[in-house]
Amino acid sequence: MLKSPGKLIQLAVTLFASAFLLVPTLQSILAGVTANYFQGLSSGLTLKWVVQVWDLYADSIFLSIGLALSCLVCTLAIGVPAAYALARNPGRASRMLEEFISLPLAVPGLALALALLQLYGSMKGFRVHWTFILVGHVLYTLPFMVRSVLSVLAAIDLKTLEEGAASLGAGPARRFVDIVVPNALPGILAGALTVVTLSIGEFNLTWMLHTPLLKTLPVGLADSYASMRLEVASAYTLVFFVMIVPLLMAMQWASARAARVLE
Amino acid sequence: MSSRQFTLLCLLPLAIFALAFLALPIVRLILGSGEGERGWGIYLQILQTPRYLSTLGQTVLVSLATTVAALAISTTAALFLVRNRFPGRGALLAILTLPLAFPGVVVGFMIILLGGRQGLVNAVTPGHVVFAYSVFGLFLGYLYFSIPRVLLTVMAAAEKIDPSLEEAARTLGAPGWRIVLDVVLPALAPAMIAAGAIAFATAMGAFGTAFTLATNIDVLPMVIYTEFTLSANIAMASALSVLLGIVTWALLLTARSFSGATVAAGG
Repeated sequence: MLKSPGKLIQLAVTLFASAFLLVPTLQSILAGVTANYFQGLSSGLTLKWVVQVWDLYADSIFLSIGLALSCLVCTLAIGVPAAYALARNPGRASRMLEEFISLPLAVPGLALALALLQLYGSMKGFRVHWTFILVGHVLYTLPFMVRSVLSVLAAIDLKTLEEGAASLGAGPARRFVDIVVPNALPGILAGALTVVTLSIGEFNLTWMLHTPLLKTLPVGLADSYASMRLEVASAYTLVFFVMIVPLLMAMQWASARAARVLE
Repeated sequence: MSSRQFTLLCLLPLAIFALAFLALPIVRLILGSGEGERGWGIYLQILQTPRYLSTLGQTVLVSLATTVAALAISTTAALFLVRNRFPGRGALLAILTLPLAFPGVVVGFMIILLGGRQGLVNAVTPGHVVFAYSVFGLFLGYLYFSIPRVLLTVMAAAEKIDPSLEEAARTLGAPGWRIVLDVVLPALAPAMIAAGAIAFATAMGAFGTAFTLATNIDVLPMVIYTEFTLSANIAMASALSVLLGIVTWALLLTARSFSGATVAAGG
């Protein structure tokens, strides 16, 4: 395999890049379970930092899970029907609408948060309510759900399937539930896992929208990086990894599966 | 209910949500940028104030360096991973795409673990080597989240290159570097432009990483943040946000026209 110097350089670059990404991740995992990181592993392994993180930040972890699930419900309710409507009416107007709701992918979260704050910041009840953060998360994740479902629906012959059902007397709502949703399932699953993964990790919007009483997991992470000892910050990051890595893997699996449906 | 009515009904929740929480807030943000003392002259003021200009310059410079480095590293790795099958390939690929799910703050912490006061580099080298909070640290942070994004885009394109083209070049006696230069890179060019635009736009707007590392460095997202929270200069924060939003949006539109990739620009 490694017969040429070119190959060796390629391998070296690949390994170097992998090390650059992996080494700090391992450090963080290790620091989170080491009694004293400054002294090193000889100080012994411990779970006391993880326990301390749980005592300090359990609320933020539950808030993030709750937000992610609520966000999933909202993106399903808004995104799946919308993707169906866009797939049924392919055209300029649909393309422009899809482009418009995809703006939150391109415009930095900080700018979107400032826009939301200026319009709704003075509504005190809403500003301090957890649904204000939810709006930000839905805004950011909705395009992923719409696009994921839309790409599957665009690849199947929706019109013929629906005409068949209509000729048997099924109304539009019945066809949506019995024909569209089952056919779109791979796209819905990939979209759902993407939404949950992104919502749990969202920081840029959330930092601006959160209040001291409503801290999500990533907001808590930023907090611990700024004010806690390295072991606690690492243990908290470890908890985050334990949540996000399986989600990421499931998301990649579901996306690959949805892509196979398209072929 | 007719099919047409039903389709419109399906669009209704999206239309309401997008109007209330996307269209109207953006209009408010743009109007808000013109409500300062200078009115719409605020955009001229950005160009006349040395601090904002140097911030813009510094942000563009770091983002550009990130883009070039990420393209060089990720294209090399992508070609290697597409061309070779070996034990451990799956693991390498998993490691290289892992940071896709990391928020910017976590990426910042990774750089602190490498180059902070208690960092790895400071521990294994003699003397005091701390770079996490410098422009170089910021560059490494941006590189950290750019490598996976660029890698995936370039790999998808590399898998589609027709191997017979390279074989033909080889049969005609072209040396390895000529094949890369004349066959492989031109075939990858659209994907590389798209990936580069994504990396550049993400770096320009990266807030989380800058928030963790760049307390003393003026990059655009940090200046917007401090204008808003510390100086309460809402008009300037809005104007800079509008500027940043237009730049990143235009870049990602370019990326989309070169490849159909959808990548979240979070960092």
